[in-house]
Amino acid sequence: MNQIIKIRIKFAKYGTMKFIGHLDIMRFFQKAIRRADIDIRYSGGFSPHQIMSFAAPLGVGIESQGEYLDIEVNSITTTEDMKNALNQTMVPGIEIVSVTVLPDTVKNAMASVAAAAYRIAYKEGIFPIENMEQKLQEFYAKEQILVTKETKKSTLELDLKPGIYELKVVKADAIPEIYMLVDASSSGNIKPTMVLGAFCDYCNVKFEPYSYQITRVDTYTNLAKEGKPRKLVPLEAVGE
Amino acid sequence: MTRKLALSDEILMQVEKPARYIGNEVNSVIKEKDKIDVRFAMCFPDVYEIGMSHLGIQILYSMFNAWEDVWCERVYSPWVDLDKIMREKNIPLFGLESQEPIKDMDFLGITIQYEMCYTNILQVLDLAQIPLLAKDRGEDMPIVIGGGPCSYNPEPIAPFFDLFYIGEGETQYRNLLDVYKENKKSGGSRLEFLQKASQIPGIYVPGFYEEEYKEDGTIQDRKKLYDKAPDTILKEIVMEVSDTHYPMKPVVPFIKVTQDRVVLEIQRGCIRGCRFCQAGQLYRPVRERDVEVLKKYAVEMLKNTGHEEISLSSLSSSDYSQLNELLDFLIHDCNEKHINISLPSLRIDAFSLDVMSKVQDVKKSSLTFAPEAGSQRLRDVINKGLTEEVILKGAALAFEGGWTRVKLYFMLGLPNETEEDILGIGDLSNKIAATFFETVPKDKRVNGKVQIVTSTSFFIPKPFTPFQWARMCTKEEFLEKAYQTKQGIMAQLNQKSIKYNWHEADVSVLEGIFARGDRKVADVILKAYEKGCIFDSWSEYFHNDVWMNCFEKCGVDPAFYTTRERSEDEIFPWDFLDCGVTKEFLLREWKKAMNETVSPNCRSKCQGCGARRFGGGVCFESDNQNQN
Repeated sequence: MNQIIKIRIKFAKYGTMKFIGHLDIMRFFQKAIRRADIDIRYSGGFSPHQIMSFAAPLGVGIESQGEYLDIEVNSITTTEDMKNALNQTMVPGIEIVSVTVLPDTVKNAMASVAAAAYRIAYKEGIFPIENMEQKLQEFYAKEQILVTKETKKSTLELDLKPGIYELKVVKADAIPEIYMLVDASSSGNIKPTMVLGAFCDYCNVKFEPYSYQITRVDTYTNLAKEGKPRKLVPLEAVGE
Repeated sequence: MTRKLALSDEILMQVEKPARYIGNEVNSVIKEKDKIDVRFAMCFPDVYEIGMSHLGIQILYSMFNAWEDVWCERVYSPWVDLDKIMREKNIPLFGLESQEPIKDMDFLGITIQYEMCYTNILQVLDLAQIPLLAKDRGEDMPIVIGGGPCSYNPEPIAPFFDLFYIGEGETQYRNLLDVYKENKKSGGSRLEFLQKASQIPGIYVPGFYEEEYKEDGTIQDRKKLYDKAPDTILKEIVMEVSDTHYPMKPVVPFIKVTQDRVVLEIQRGCIRGCRFCQAGQLYRPVRERDVEVLKKYAVEMLKNTGHEEISLSSLSSSDYSQLNELLDFLIHDCNEKHINISLPSLRIDAFSLDVMSKVQDVKKSSLTFAPEAGSQRLRDVINKGLTEEVILKGAALAFEGGWTRVKLYFMLGLPNETEEDILGIGDLSNKIAATFFETVPKDKRVNGKVQIVTSTSFFIPKPFTPFQWARMCTKEEFLEKAYQTKQGIMAQLNQKSIKYNWHEADVSVLEGIFARGDRKVADVILKAYEKGCIFDSWSEYFHNDVWMNCFEKCGVDPAFYTTRERSEDEIFPWDFLDCGVTKEFLLREWKKAMNETVSPNCRSKCQGCGARRFGGGVCFESDNQNQN
């Protein structure tokens, strides 16, 4: 019988590559896996496709240090070999961070996603918000953070608060940035721009989305049993 | 370190598909510009997805970048959204690799694959902030060079180019760049470079010639403005196609492009001699690539790109003598690696159906026949050696094999066409449908039916074909013919199985003007561009009323180029170019066409077209064998 080995690949996406959308990144990896001669498994049928699943789609314009995809392979030498082989076939702006073998019991990357952390920098340096740290604390302390979300059919009001697990100011080279850990599950996904937009509104500052650089820090899964407090770990931490 | 992009995040986030403008693709080439002598921007004047699908640019890009002293970058037409922003913000057009302005480079090479891109050439020049007219360009401006099939009648766009490269790019570019380097080193001027370049085989410097016209508007003579400029320019051609440069590491786009696969060029030229076909004459004689070389290329290119599909490219793949062996190899090798094979239109017979059934899902794919004309008489006129018997036999075989979809391609407005020929289109479509019902028993019919899609395009006479003397129809005549075709199909017994598509007539008329135009047409193109015409090959951006208005304003009569009958001794605007086949041969073929006489293909019997002088082709090879 053919053995099936499940592999989780963590990669970073930055620089010019932030302009490449999710579907094109999928196509990019399909080709990269061919170039790297990975012994990937294919589905059956007349037009077989590679068995591959991405964790959480990343919006165009956002950078990331923690993107994930799962693949199934028939054989592998070492995870280090695979990481090196893949890195040989990348372009500047996409970098393989880690390759891990998954236990059979682990759910696929997409189903596993529970949360994502983001950092938001103001492209021109200091945020145009006075007393930002204090304002952000006040904003996060509100009982409800209501935003209106426009869908194709209607507009609906949404409370972001339960989905924001952490929200604070952090420093990068002495320059303040906003850090947030938010729900990224398929049922309650929160986009960082929604939180940022609501915060700008709260501060009476016009929200100009192109002025900020958002970076996804990592993507997390929840190891806690249902009903228990969240126990978030990066998606790569469940492997061997 | 990250590259600095020419466009801001804000702009890139606003335009459709920012990936068109950022470069960085797998196998794109970055060099240290301080170590480079010649910077070359290679342009396909259409949107990225079209331009990236073109094999010719990949060949030249790879060949140029293999030279240490040259850095070749790519540039495509910015789509209309970015076009607007670049004009507003005065952002100069840039190369995808360096993201630096084109105007600072040494060369801007533009491949001209179809006439309807002419205004996009002006768009590219304009956005690059290079003067549109060659005569207005200063010493510091790039040399603008044109190439590709439309350069075989470069006259309607001659004023926009400093030079044209006539023929296949592999042979003289190194020479041209060396002359450029030499001239630069010795402090020579732009004019001096052009003078030296005009002495290189295949190079045409339009500024060194002037057309003189007769009272009736036809050409009286061509006057030389530089006495050393050659009288005629013979196309460049590679005879050893197995040894020539091939792009083993083609650039792999991030976004889906039209040709998103490895392209294997199996041969150049064609033995068929269809009288309407320009490529069939321009690229003579036929030259095959060695099958072992092609196998090696296929494996290596698939490995270097990671593409999941490979396709064969040539004018008539069924005529490639090693096709059987090549396809066997590909089917075996590709199946193992889950690679799809996309087959070019092969002649439908037992062999091709067998191959197709191995690489395609029969239920989903369709068969393609290109009879081009509705009757045998008219097929003899155009020298299309496909008979009704062969088509029906092929269709029957295919229906037995499980196919249920057939595509048919025809042309309307061919020389000598009668109503009978037009009605023949519906008739033939119907016979194919009938063949299905005769061949496939009721209980074996998938969905119970057959789908026939009959498409017609309008015939446009092209330079260097036997039909270069032919009269082209008016828009009204074209539309009437399309109407007759439709009526003819509607009258058929199996009309419910037949779907009919036809082309826009306006664009065809304009293409016809450009195809056989002279330098007077350049004024109209410039004016139409100034009035906002770009992306004319995209129907949503084509404005026929603007064009017709520009013809009127410039005092240029479209009918002079389209419907006018040409005499046998007329001097054509492209006569100073020599593509290998002689005007005498083309005239012989034109007369044979009028007598409804077919000519055998090159493999059956040499017709003395003239291309033999290059020292190759099936006629040349068989002669050699006879002598041995």
